[in-house]
Parts: sequence; structure tokens; C-alpha cells
Amino acid sequence: MPKIILTVDDSRTMRDMLKFALAGAGHDVIQAEDGVHGLEVLANCGHVDVIITDINMPRMDGYGVIEQVRRDPQRRNIPILVLTTESEPAKKQRARDAGATGWIVKPFDSEKLLAAVRRVSQ
Amino acid sequence: MDPLDAIKQTYFQECDELLLAMEEGLLAMESGEADSETVNAVFRAVHSIKGGGGAFGFTDLVSFAHIFETVLDMVRSGKLQAGADVVKELLRAGDGLADHVRAAQSGTSRPAGWDDDIKASLSVLAGETSRTGAASEAAGEEEPAFTPMGFAFDDEPAAPAATPKWRIGFRPHTGLLAKANEPFLILRELAGLGQFHVTADLSAVPALVDFAPDQSYLAWDIELETEKNRSDIEAAFDFVTGDCDLTIEQDVPPPDVEVAAPSFEAAAQVEELHDHAAPEAANHPLPEQAGDAAKTDAGANARKTTVRVDLDKVDRLVNLVGEMVIAQAMLLQQTIESGLPVHSPVNTAVKDLDHLLRDLQESVMAIRTQPVKSVFQRMPRLVRELAAQTGKPVRLVTEGEATEVDKTVIERLGEPLTHMIRNAVDHGLESVEARIKAGKPEEGTVRLSAEHRGGRIVIEVSDDGGGINRERVKAKAIEKGLIAANAALSDEEIDNLIFLPGFSTASAVSDISGRGVGMDVVRKSITDLGGRIIISSVPGKGSRFILTLPLTLAVLDGMLVGVGEETFVVPLTHVVESLLPKKGDVRQFGPSSHLLNVRGAYVPILGVGQLLGTGDDRIATGDGVIILVESDGTGRLALEVDRIIGQRQVVIKSFEDNYRSVQGIAAATILGDGRVALILDIESLIASGRSVQAAISSRIAVGGTAA
Repeated sequence: MPKIILTVDDSRTMRDMLKFALAGAGHDVIQAEDGVHGLEVLANCGHVDVIITDINMPRMDGYGVIEQVRRDPQRRNIPILVLTTESEPAKKQRARDAGATGWIVKPFDSEKLLAAVRRVSQ
Repeated sequence: MDPLDAIKQTYFQECDELLLAMEEGLLAMESGEADSETVNAVFRAVHSIKGGGGAFGFTDLVSFAHIFETVLDMVRSGKLQAGADVVKELLRAGDGLADHVRAAQSGTSRPAGWDDDIKASLSVLAGETSRTGAASEAAGEEEPAFTPMGFAFDDEPAAPAATPKWRIGFRPHTGLLAKANEPFLILRELAGLGQFHVTADLSAVPALVDFAPDQSYLAWDIELETEKNRSDIEAAFDFVTGDCDLTIEQDVPPPDVEVAAPSFEAAAQVEELHDHAAPEAANHPLPEQAGDAAKTDAGANARKTTVRVDLDKVDRLVNLVGEMVIAQAMLLQQTIESGLPVHSPVNTAVKDLDHLLRDLQESVMAIRTQPVKSVFQRMPRLVRELAAQTGKPVRLVTEGEATEVDKTVIERLGEPLTHMIRNAVDHGLESVEARIKAGKPEEGTVRLSAEHRGGRIVIEVSDDGGGINRERVKAKAIEKGLIAANAALSDEEIDNLIFLPGFSTASAVSDISGRGVGMDVVRKSITDLGGRIIISSVPGKGSRFILTLPLTLAVLDGMLVGVGEETFVVPLTHVVESLLPKKGDVRQFGPSSHLLNVRGAYVPILGVGQLLGTGDDRIATGDGVIILVESDGTGRLALEVDRIIGQRQVVIKSFEDNYRSVQGIAAATILGDGRVALILDIESLIASGRSVQAAISSRIAVGGTAA
């Protein structure tokens, strides 16, 4: 089932990769360039099924995004996947503590990404 | 294009930007101007390069970036002090990363182990502190949450004929729901693994009055028959580890009872885990976490919205606007000639249109402009390398990086600037010993600045070295036969000798500046851009090279002159003066050439009509109007024309693209009345003016004769 997915990443390459994989599977992708932008977009774009966010970003990092979303009574139920790498278990834990639903380990292939989305959203 | 190729292209574009941002940050760290956000930005840049590199399988790049990133992370978290030595290593690593990116982009492989040395230095930086325990501490933090995932007997239950049966107990905590995990989805995932039977445990559901909607009350007992192994089942619970009570047991036939035993242990371990996690974090963020978020928020740097546009599209727009300006000029001329009253509505409207069009043209030109930063930023690395090669400590100071100029100008500035900076470090700055003797600081300074001045961009390269050694320059020029031995030259003229082709002062051609490129080539590339280069030098204090360049190559300020029926454009940058010569100032020289005495110096007179074959065979005798033109260094020429029409900004139309290259003609433009006017190539005219006779005999016809 097609979903509306917000991707938050400061890297254009990563945004393009995410969009390529997600849109290729029929999902609608909304893109934001950092945490602050992500929250702005989220506040203005209506319903979002899943948020995928990077951790290291200017202005507001991924932890900030997760915390803000989880504090918002209207949106706290949105599943949030964080992008991490194998070498960053501490980051993964911190993201979980902040309220991340799950994670995607970079580099990812489309299948892995779509499976992660499927696991957090109906 | 294959979408993946397009993404790869984006990746390399982004890498360029990230590398610049990284270098900028590292330089700020070097000069001690860095705050924590700077270090963060450098870290992010390296991290992003690594991330994208991983996606495309650039393993060498990724492994290099990884260790680089590790060191940066330590700096970021304060585990490593960014002292001068450390920053120096970081800068070197930055150069190495740039090389990796370039190698990945061009698909070439560099010699094996070329980066070992940098990697080793980084490892030392990373290792030094790990001995103090900081790094192992970090490793310690992450352990409890993630180790229990490995189980030794993953592959064992393969043999039995019957499908293995698993019993799974799953009781979500409230924290699981707070993280927006959905038990239903996990059950769905399990159901996909095989034969699935689930029973809900409703025992914990309270009476309705006590029911809190965000609490978790349900639990499930699942029976699953699957060929998959334990790790596959565990994978379904991957995201909720620590947020639920979970038991996974294999329902094995009685003889194999002992196999089940370790799984109890595992389950116990999993159960224990949730204490480590902070399931309520989402609802009650810890104060310092909130503080962190606020800090990143405050460190916000304004995000500029930009659109990436293909340069071709911009050029098409520039060209169209150019055509419009011409059409407008024609319209304006027509309205003037139509004899309508000056204040007639048509005239007023046409004039309004004219103003708007000028604004439009300026705005369109502005699209093509870029800050010179992109060129300037390549220089710090160059200076570092030069400093290392020459053993002279050098500081590069850049100013006015935000100054904007046409993209084409920027692209062609890199090489001359590189060469000038090489010269400044190699020839300009003295050795450390000489500097100390002269009472100067050991570290030499090279300054690179840009600013807008009078519709042009002025770029200066200066050093605080010894200045031009005029004795040596003059001796060298005499030795090379460039000037007569007894020539009396002013200081300025001596300084300008270095621009002569074939001149090079370094007695032993050094590894750095002596690459077959002299200052004459630098001057050539600057004049090709419609610019000038001026030198000023004070012995013992240093030299200054001043470049003035047009902001755009699409329009040109020209003087319109008439020869016979034809109109020509002389680029204003070359015009020194216009004059009506007195009879006594013109001297005949040979059978058909004349010279003009301009305040004591003789300048050849060249008839434009005669040279370009406009059907006007009169020999230039100095009877007409003289336009005295000059090209930097190569000399002067008196162009004889019939009349001066005026001064005007003209849109340059390439001659080569539309016809072919013609000697003496730089380009063409279209005049207000629709006629084509040729723009003279002063450089080549001056060159041919040196031998007027030769020029006449090798006369060129321009698109047939006029009239």
C-alpha cells in the first residue's frame, strides 16, 4: 500500500537515493534538508505515514526531530526510522532512547529500506 | 540517464561542496576561529561523503573516511584536543579525502597504499586517546543493548522431518507504543514466516475506569511453525528489543530437551534488557536532552534556498535577452526616425521598455555570477603544499571571497591565480634566514583579495617578500636579448619585463614555478578574459599583482567607429585616447607606412579600412581620426578611422560559432539598426601593427566587401 514518507537528510545524495528507492516502490516521498526544515514540512504537509531521518544534520539533528515529534500530541504516533551505520551502535541507542521506532543501516539497498518501512507501518 | 548514474553525479557534486565546507571548517580550526558548530560541520561533511561513498561501493574512500571521521568525532566530543599538530594532520587527511573522491569520480585507482601514511597518522591520533580509556569507554556503553543478538545454534534445527515449532511470548511495554511501534505489525511479520497461531492474553486489561489509552495491557502467546531459524524470528523483534518482555523457545521433541535450555537463558537476558533502555524518554525527555535540542536549534545557520539549473539553459536565456536588447534598440531607433513627438505615448512606452529590459539584462547576467570563493578556496591547499616543498612557512590571507563574477571568468581564473600564488611563494617570499635578517616575521604572508570596482572585478595577489629584484630582472632581459644593453628603463618598465614571453628569473628552473608557464601566459589568459594585469613592487617590502577583469563576457563596453560605410567596435578597455593628429606629428616610414609621434614616442598608424579590406584602399596617412589603443605590455597602435560614432554597451556574438575565426576580429555585435558590426581584436592588430607591411600583404577579406 502506498505510503506518504517524509525523508529528512542534509545530504542530497542520500535524499535522492531514498526517493529513488521509495518512489520506485510506489510511495509518495516528501523531502526535507535538516531537522528544522523537517519539522516545518511536517507541520504543513498534512498526513505523513512514516518519517525517515538522518542523525547528523545542521540546525537540528535527528535526535531533535524524534524528540519534537514524540512531544507533539498530534504526531507522536508517526513511526520514525533513523539512518545509522554499522559502526554507530551508540547512536542507534541514543536514537531509540529519544523514541525512534526503528533504524536503517547505511549503506542500504532498496529491499532493506522497504522492509524496514513495512515493519513500522501498515 | 540511468537514475542511479544521476544520483552518482549528484553525489560528486555534493562531494565538491562538502569538501569545500570541510576545508573551510578545518581552516577556521587552524586559525582558532572554530566553535563547536564548525567542528560539527566538518564531521558532518566527512560523514556525508562516507555515507554516499558506501552506497556506491567506493570501499577505499569509505575506509579512509571512516578513520578520518573517527578522529573528528573524538575532537567533536572533546576527547582529543585540536591543537596545531592535530589540525595539521586533519588538513592533510582532508586533502587525502579529496584525492579519494577524485579517484572514485574518474574511476582510476591510485597506487596501492598511497594513503597508508595519512591513515597511520590518523590511527595514531585515534589510538593515543584510546589508551587513556576514552574510546573503550564509548565501546562499553553500547554493549548491553546489542550483544544478546548472537546465538550459537542458529542453524541447528534443520534436520527434523517435521517443521520446527516455536513458542513465543510477547508482552509489549508502554515504551514500545511510545516509540510508535505497533505490535500488530510485528505479529504480521511473524505470520509471514510460516504457520502461525496467536492467543491474546487479556488478563492485564483493567476495568474501563482505570483504562489509560496510551498504556500497554495486552500480551500474546504465539505458536509458529517455520523452517526459518531463530535469528529470523528475532529479527521481527529487532526494533522493540528492550521495550517488551520476550521469550522465544523451540518446541522440540522430547529427546532434544537440552537444546531448549540455553534459550531460557537468552530469554532471561532479553527480559533483563528493558531496564537499560529508557522507555519513557519520549514522553519525559531528560532536561539535558532538551537542552541539546535547543542548542542545535540556536546554532542554526540560515539556509539559503537555491535551485540547480543547467548552465545551457541559463546561456540560452542570456542569449535571448541579448537578442531582445538588440530588437529593443532597433525599435527605439525606428520610433526616433518615425518622427513621432518625443512625448508621444509610443515613445514613452518604448523608453519604459528600455529601462525594464536593462534591468532584465542585469538580472539575467547576475544568474551567471558566482562568488570567487570557489576559486579562492582551492588556494589554501596549494599554499600548504608549496610551504612544504619550499620549506618556507606561509600564511594565506583571503579577502572578499563573496565577490561575484561571471562563471566563465571564474572558471578561467583558477590557472593564472594558481601560477601567481606559486610565484609569490617560490620567488616572492625570501627564505626564513633572509626574512629574519630583514627583521620580518618568519612566516611569510600571501594575500589574495577580490572586490568590485567601477563595474569590474579587481583581484590582488600580494606578498610581503623581497619585491622584484630589478637588477636581476634587467640583467636577465639583456642576457635574453629582450632589451638593449643600454636601455634606460623606469622601475615600472623593468617590473613589466617579467611579462615578456621567454622571460623567467629563476636561474635554476625550480620544481614549483618552472613548469613551462611564465608570467606571459598569465597575462595572456587575463587579457583573453578582457582583463588587465598591473604589477607594483617595493624592494624589501613585497610585490603586488593587480588584475582587473570584466564582470561578464557577454557584453562589452565599446567605442563605435566608422570606416567608410562600415561600423566597427573598439573594446573600450584598450582605448587610451582619441585625437586628431597635427600634420607635423605624422612621419612617413618606408613606402606605405606612417608613424605617429605621441608625446615623443612613435606609434605605427594602421588604417582599419586598409587592414580589413573594406574596399577602401587609402593608405593610412594620419588624415583621419586616430584612436590610440594599447594592449598590456605588447605595445601601442594608432588606429585610423573616418569618424567616432559613440560609446555603447554591445552584446557579444561569437564570430567563430557563426562564421569562422578571422584574424583581427574578436567577435561581432548587432547594432540598433540591425546591421552587424565587427569587434576589433586589438591584441592581434597590435601584433600585426609591428609589421604594417606584412599585415597589408596578408590582408584579409571580411565577409566580402561592403558598399
